[in-house]
Amino acid sequence: MKLATVAGAPSSGKTSVILKAAEGLKAAGWKLGVVKFDCLSSEDAKRYTAAGVAVKTGLAGSLCPDHFFITNIEACVQWGRSHGLDLLISESAGLCNRCSPHIKGVLAVCVVDNLSGVNTPRKIGPMLKTADVVVITKGDIVSQAEREVFTFRVKQVNPRAAVLPVNGLSGQGALLLERRLQAASDVESLVNARLRFAMPAALCSYCLGETRIGSDCQVGNIKMMDLE
Amino acid sequence: MPNKELTAKEMMTRDAAGEDLLRQSAERLLAERPYIRDFFAAFGLPTMERRQTAGDVFDGLDAERLEDLGVTREQLAERFSAFIEKMESFRREGIASVREVSIIGGRDKDGRPEDVRLDLRTGEVIAVVGPTGAGKSLLLSDIECLAQGDTPSGRRILIDGEPPDEAARLSGEQRLVAQLSQNMNFVMDLSVREFVALHAESRLVEDVDAVVERIFTAAVRLSGEPFRLETPVTALSGGQSRALMIADVACLSVSPIVLIDEIENAGVDRRQALDLLVKREKIVLIATHDPLLALSSDRRMVVKNGGIVAVLDSSPEERAVLGQLQALDDGLSLLRSQIRGGLRLDCDLMGLLAAQDREAGL
Repeated sequence: MKLATVAGAPSSGKTSVILKAAEGLKAAGWKLGVVKFDCLSSEDAKRYTAAGVAVKTGLAGSLCPDHFFITNIEACVQWGRSHGLDLLISESAGLCNRCSPHIKGVLAVCVVDNLSGVNTPRKIGPMLKTADVVVITKGDIVSQAEREVFTFRVKQVNPRAAVLPVNGLSGQGALLLERRLQAASDVESLVNARLRFAMPAALCSYCLGETRIGSDCQVGNIKMMDLE
Repeated sequence: MPNKELTAKEMMTRDAAGEDLLRQSAERLLAERPYIRDFFAAFGLPTMERRQTAGDVFDGLDAERLEDLGVTREQLAERFSAFIEKMESFRREGIASVREVSIIGGRDKDGRPEDVRLDLRTGEVIAVVGPTGAGKSLLLSDIECLAQGDTPSGRRILIDGEPPDEAARLSGEQRLVAQLSQNMNFVMDLSVREFVALHAESRLVEDVDAVVERIFTAAVRLSGEPFRLETPVTALSGGQSRALMIADVACLSVSPIVLIDEIENAGVDRRQALDLLVKREKIVLIATHDPLLALSSDRRMVVKNGGIVAVLDSSPEERAVLGQLQALDDGLSLLRSQIRGGLRLDCDLMGLLAAQDREAGL
């Protein structure tokens, strides 16, 4: 079974883009599955089911969605294999810009949208900077100049990535993403595989449910701002 | 002891003279490659002192800082060379340009063969006509993804007579089509000057101010209503926005093909817009049902049921009527400016046209 991780900010168009690429793959006879990782709720499972894509939803709740994702991905891979999928896509929302969901040896896709502003590529960390393919959406509503500047900025922070504009509504450009997904590597198990970059660190008292404020209450992995 | 891998990495960051760019002083490095400032800005790195090298800066970063940046020190050095490689390839991109794009027919929506080979050359204007749903977007999409018989239409796209390199195609390197449509807006909160300068910088233009001035002058000429370099782009009228987008695409876009989706008549001098794009050696595809625009083009491609069914040159009869169409269009422009100026309409339309004919005859 082939595996790909797709990550991007909320509402950047991940689901629409995956569905557009899925159309072509399904037409070519591929059996597809998606694991949708989200935080509190997700309605996207319905869209996948309607498109004939097997889907599982994982809600991280109060946990860091990245940590939740990586502790569950191996089980998801085995779920996909037991269902005879040709390709499994993990779709996760990069809720903080320090997200780092990409795995060595697994096709890594990051979705960013033109509306997020030209400084956004510089603000996103490993999710964008370590991706193999960067999909840029919502190009149909901004000017050519803005599309070109945005693409340029993405290539500056990740010069090695393929940068593909895809229109999540019309599907324009989805073909090239489809081709990249077809070429994803086969994965039997992720045990002993490694993340491309360490995930955001956590483990302070607030991770464990602390709600009070003040230096007496903050323990663990904490970092103070320098306001001088 | 440097191992093999490290040596390979160092190779990538050498300049033409074989000098290691990681160990070159900021003074020299930035003089020859000013874009390296962007690398430091993009990664939020401290700026280099004149005598410092990029390597010095990387070495000076502590573990916590690297963690914040989301990269390791090795990755940073690797990225530095990849960045330089990419920027140098952008520089070259400006020079090597496409002369001809060919569309080799596939099949229409019913699988009937599309028996056509169409060579589009720079400086040519081609109208694309056909009702909504006829397959205009499909055609554009085929060109944009450099179809190689692997899209529903089965079409193939050649660049200067050759199929594109598959690896380059899958990396999205070659952007053939710049697109302009009425749904497109400026979303950046910048003045016209800042906006165009940002685009010029991303094209690694040497004299940014001169390019800004040229685009601004062209845009004001295309738009009926003047605006200023300090005007925020989001405050421009529809016509002014379109004029700025056209002038910007003509002068700065890397894509050889410009697709214009029906420019509205109001606010933009469409003939001048086409002239500007042609002068800048673009291949102009214009989706339009406007007779004047269709006849101003060199050829018109008729799209129906997902296929190209005909490519028409303007007939002598059609060309003969072009003058009259032009006069009608000018007449309408005049009336439009009367309305805009708060005047009463000049209701003697025939007299108006005759006056224009006389003027044109002088």
